[in-house]
Amino acid sequence: MSVLILALVVWLVLWALNVWLAGSALARKGVGKALVPLIFGVAILVLWEGLVRGLEVSFVILPPPSLIAAKIASSLPVLWQDAAQTILKGAIPGFLIGCGAGVLVAILIDRSPFLQRGLLPIGNFVAALPIVGLAPILVMWFGFDWQSKAAVVVAMVFFPMLVNTVAGLQASERMQRDLMATWGASYLQTLVKLRLPAAMPFIFNGLKIASTLALIGAIVAEFFGSPTYGMGFRISTEVGRLGLDMVWAEIAVAALAGSVLYGIVSLIERWVTFWHPSQRH
Amino acid sequence: MTRALPVLTVLIGLIVIWYAAAVWMNSTWVYDQAERAGTTVTFAEMVPQTMSQDRPLLPPPHQVGAELWKGLFGQAITSKRSLVYHGYVTFKGTMMGFGLGIITGVLLAMAIVRFRVMDMSVMPWAIISQTIPIVALAPMIITLSSQLGLSGREVPKAIIAAYLSFFPVLVSMVKGLRSPDQMQLDLLKTYGASDAATFLKLRLPASMPYFFASLKVAVAASLVGTIVGELPTGAIEGLGARMLIGSQFGEPLIMWASLFASAILAGLLILVVGIVERLAQKRMGAPA
Repeated sequence: MSVLILALVVWLVLWALNVWLAGSALARKGVGKALVPLIFGVAILVLWEGLVRGLEVSFVILPPPSLIAAKIASSLPVLWQDAAQTILKGAIPGFLIGCGAGVLVAILIDRSPFLQRGLLPIGNFVAALPIVGLAPILVMWFGFDWQSKAAVVVAMVFFPMLVNTVAGLQASERMQRDLMATWGASYLQTLVKLRLPAAMPFIFNGLKIASTLALIGAIVAEFFGSPTYGMGFRISTEVGRLGLDMVWAEIAVAALAGSVLYGIVSLIERWVTFWHPSQRH
Repeated sequence: MTRALPVLTVLIGLIVIWYAAAVWMNSTWVYDQAERAGTTVTFAEMVPQTMSQDRPLLPPPHQVGAELWKGLFGQAITSKRSLVYHGYVTFKGTMMGFGLGIITGVLLAMAIVRFRVMDMSVMPWAIISQTIPIVALAPMIITLSSQLGLSGREVPKAIIAAYLSFFPVLVSMVKGLRSPDQMQLDLLKTYGASDAATFLKLRLPASMPYFFASLKVAVAASLVGTIVGELPTGAIEGLGARMLIGSQFGEPLIMWASLFASAILAGLLILVVGIVERLAQKRMGAPA
């Protein structure tokens, strides 16, 4: 019981600290902006630990963070093997192929307004469909190894990417296009020097959506058949054995990987579209 | 008509490609069969045989259509083989998750707009929460709730669907509740309006267009969440479970039919939300 009270007290103190930080002058600086969410995260972990230990919840149902951390530390090789299979072999190649194909097809259909009017409504509709449902079919076609996972990812990221790129290619203004025309720029020059750069904010929007979809696709596909390693495989088998600490360890890895992937895309975005209002500070 | 023509052309093009791919992918099986029987088949003999296999690698459109028709209208809608029945189970889960997601998203947005500390501490985590692949959590949410004595799969499914659908609502509502400009806020202050009155009379009405715009995204996300929630660990009801069954028993036609059933469901949901959005806009006096 005392553990629970201690955890609650720590949580309240951290929360009060956050309230004070948010009201102070520090909140406008970078340090405060990073510190407040960090303290919030730590407070949640303390509360979690305290609740589980204080209320004597069975560790089988909800393992405390300390146990999960210990599990992560003790099974690093397995976690790495799973992550390499699912993320490096499944998600990333699928992400690159799918996004590349989306951008390429968008550029190709850009020259034909007829195709655009036909493909865009369909693309918009397909982008809203539960494409994960294709996973069992693609696993049947491409086998259990990473090829089928990459294929699911390609199918998931292609349409959001296509729709965003097509919207982006229309983002340059009439006046800017006319200026290019007065300079006698060819189609290719206009594309490379004006329209693609103007489309970049949209393309990166699509890439960000795709980066989270990629992990989902790669993991779901493993539920339908995989080699005896991989994050989706590990999660579904460990849940069956009630090894929830291992499941949480995999979730932590997935969260980390998802955030890193998203972060990398954001960093490249800042570097490529430094001119865009949303990136200026 | 000018809008329908290109869409129809592309659709017909897709169906032609589909047929071609079906012939190409299913031909291997036909040639194998022929070789085993010690005969040879010409191309003209092969093509019809790719159109009506029991377990095709890629079923041609008319086979999928027939299976879909059989699933939707071929039997009583209470039958376990009826796609209407499974679709209804999925629809129920989607709506529960959608409702839960809307409530969570709106409440969080209200707290975030009202309290600066909530904005600073919760908002970054809300963004991070969406980079976590929910499917990693899905099997565990299901086991957890069964351990806690919640039998049935509705609650875990709704939680997964809500997890995916609350985020678009949250982001749009935060934007919407902050959309009144300083002048309008100042005016209410000169009236001596309380916080609650400012919220009810200014912020909430101003946020409505943003709210409805987010609903379409949220309902699609909710459906994906529900289907994912039906996939792992032995569900027997719902479109997701139907796909899993088709995959495990090697019945591609079942998989394709449920895939298209879920596409139809998604289309209907988005359509209905669009209509509600338009009605609400009209009611609030937006130009038609």
